[in-house]
Amino acid sequence: MPNTVIKMPQLGESVAEGTIGRWLKKPGDRVERDEPLVEIQTDKVNAEVPSPVAGILQQILLPEGTTASVKTDMAIIGDESPDAASPPPASDAPGAQGPEGTTSQRTPAEAAAASPPPLTFTYDKSSGGGVVGHRDEAAAPTTDGTGTKRFYTPVVMRMAEEHGIDLSTIQGSGAHGRVTRKDVERAIEAPEAPSPSGRGRGVREAPEITTPTPAPATPPSPAPTAARPLPEGEAVGLTPMRRAIAEHMARARAEIPDAWSLTEIDVSNLVRYRHTLQAEWQAREGYELTYLPFFVKAVLAGLRAVPELNASWAGDHLVVHRQYNLGIAVSVENGLIVPVLRDADQLSVAGVARALRGIIQKARSGKLSMDDLQGATFTVNNPGSLGSIMSQPIVPVGQAGIVTMEAIVKRPVVTSDDAIAIRSMMNSCLSFDHRILDGAGALTFLRTLKRELETVEYSVY
Amino acid sequence: MAVLSLVESVRKALEEEMQADPSVIVLGEDVGVHGGVFRATDGLVKQFGENRVIDTPLAELGIAGVAIGAAMNGLRPVAEIQFADYIHPAYDQIVNEAAKIRYRSNGTFACPVVFRAPFGAGVHGGLYHSQSVEALFFHVPGLKIVIPSTPYDCKGLLKSSIRDDDPVLFFEHKKSYRRLRGEVPDDDYVVPLGKADLKRKGRDLSIITYGIGVHLALEASERLASDGIDVEILDLRTLLPLDTHAIKETVAKTSKVLILHEDNKTGGIGAEVAALIAEESFEELDGPIMRLAAADTHIPYAPSLEEAILPNAEDVVQAARRLAEY
Repeated sequence: MPNTVIKMPQLGESVAEGTIGRWLKKPGDRVERDEPLVEIQTDKVNAEVPSPVAGILQQILLPEGTTASVKTDMAIIGDESPDAASPPPASDAPGAQGPEGTTSQRTPAEAAAASPPPLTFTYDKSSGGGVVGHRDEAAAPTTDGTGTKRFYTPVVMRMAEEHGIDLSTIQGSGAHGRVTRKDVERAIEAPEAPSPSGRGRGVREAPEITTPTPAPATPPSPAPTAARPLPEGEAVGLTPMRRAIAEHMARARAEIPDAWSLTEIDVSNLVRYRHTLQAEWQAREGYELTYLPFFVKAVLAGLRAVPELNASWAGDHLVVHRQYNLGIAVSVENGLIVPVLRDADQLSVAGVARALRGIIQKARSGKLSMDDLQGATFTVNNPGSLGSIMSQPIVPVGQAGIVTMEAIVKRPVVTSDDAIAIRSMMNSCLSFDHRILDGAGALTFLRTLKRELETVEYSVY
Repeated sequence: MAVLSLVESVRKALEEEMQADPSVIVLGEDVGVHGGVFRATDGLVKQFGENRVIDTPLAELGIAGVAIGAAMNGLRPVAEIQFADYIHPAYDQIVNEAAKIRYRSNGTFACPVVFRAPFGAGVHGGLYHSQSVEALFFHVPGLKIVIPSTPYDCKGLLKSSIRDDDPVLFFEHKKSYRRLRGEVPDDDYVVPLGKADLKRKGRDLSIITYGIGVHLALEASERLASDGIDVEILDLRTLLPLDTHAIKETVAKTSKVLILHEDNKTGGIGAEVAALIAEESFEELDGPIMRLAAADTHIPYAPSLEEAILPNAEDVVQAARRLAEY
């Protein structure tokens, strides 16, 4: 069996790179087909990548912690022991500077192989092909580990310089995605070079709650200020997730003129109703029935009442979605992810409960796929479970709003008949894109939510 | 206008030049009474007599030496080497004498001689009737090397070669002698030496070639066009001196180059063209400079093996496709 080169997989449609989290096999280890080989972290998701073939792990080309673009060679699997296949690492070989400032040792063979192998053309009629050109894929990794290396031919570099073209913004149409002269010519002709960020293509980003402090009086400066730790401080590296959250939040704040409103809801009926259901539910389903499925049903009623909240801003028009895909913010270790409850309007309370349990479990165990994370049309956040009584969430880019369910607390309340009663009260906060709708629409949503949760007319199944 | 085969155009050029200039003579094995093994000198002895159309002994060193001596003494000999494979005995005379005469006499003597030789494979000639020898002379200062690809060019280039005051090697691909036919005007036109000919204009890649390679490229270009690959074809026509201007111009246009020749790859004309492009047109390149040539071996006698080692149109299509996709 020839050696198989394992490449960085694309873990989602808009994902361009991944970080090696952990190698689950060492060189020399036997790996079976479909057996987990490596853990890859992307912006939003950690995934175990299974081996496409059975064999012996010959060589790891990307050390743990390396970020590399999709399709970068990660490892080689063959059927010989690695000793026979590659020379042992030369421990005192001049090290190449790794991406995180680490020094990675390379064997001479690896170093030689680090540049893309030449495209060779050999005369080979025996294969029936006449002259064949090929790149020796198995023989060499194609990047320096940073995942940023692209090969540009002389004419491409010259033309880019002459016309002030940023080559990194050009999608290559040549072999292996190479940027060709024709690609550059097209870029020169088209005044607006295509942006790599893919804005306006309905990219949906993860939201997060913030502390209930008011929005800063001045907009955040576009360039992050370099912070130097005080003498006792320490610089802590960012996980891909932290970096992604930071980018998404900064972008949302920079792009969306959001407004905020709050309503208080008497959820005493809901509390009672859930209590009466709990024992039967536990027996039947085997886990606790939470409030969240009811919140989801109420939010859907609110969105039906105010379709502009289930929409995306598209610059010169609005895209009102027919699907109700709710992003559910889930806090996980060191961060937060927002898996998507698809077509939530088609589910009963029990259906929502089961679906939520599935995605939340997947989120907490790091098993979400990119599909689980894309396509939210509105987001529900439940900071109440952490004790929050009021918060100001950030509207995710591509959505019109985000609603929070705060903690349910017992408070003395003046009832409609002027009595003072102890009721279970909950605040619900809505941040919304003020470009898309105004306070009236936002409050219609909150009123609907309030009515739904106060009357609780849902059957569970 | 007459439609002539390539070999007929050779004969026509010789006849016209002999008529126009009494100093032009023809010599070689069987060129007189027999009219040449390929009939390139058919009838010339009747027309111009045995003093101007000379049958020689079977000794290429002698043919070359006699021609060089005659050239230095005021004649314009056209020496035929019956097969290019047999030019090797004459190598010393051509390289050490003809090529150097102008230089070592400080311009006092010239050597206006033409060595004509059929060359090339594809006719089951085996080891000794199939060789391409252009690369062997390509390295030598003081020589010119011409390889025509059409009857029109052949007549015009041969006339230019005869009129040139320095030694010219004029190689005629024997496979194209009778297969290639084309219109050849009767008038006294010439095709200048050192000028390549753009045979086909294209945008996607350039095939730089000569001789029979031009026809492989033309055939391939039609198939490639149906794939949407627009090929430019440059016929070098004169290998020495190379038309560097035309080469650089086509590289600047398409940025991708496939060099094609029937001679073996290693140390061939393609190597020099590739080096020239790498040196002088580096910033125009958008892909590897590729060469398509015969395998580095001898021309086999077995037809299947001969076919196997020579580039054909399908090979050109595949190589060009690869390059276009790069």
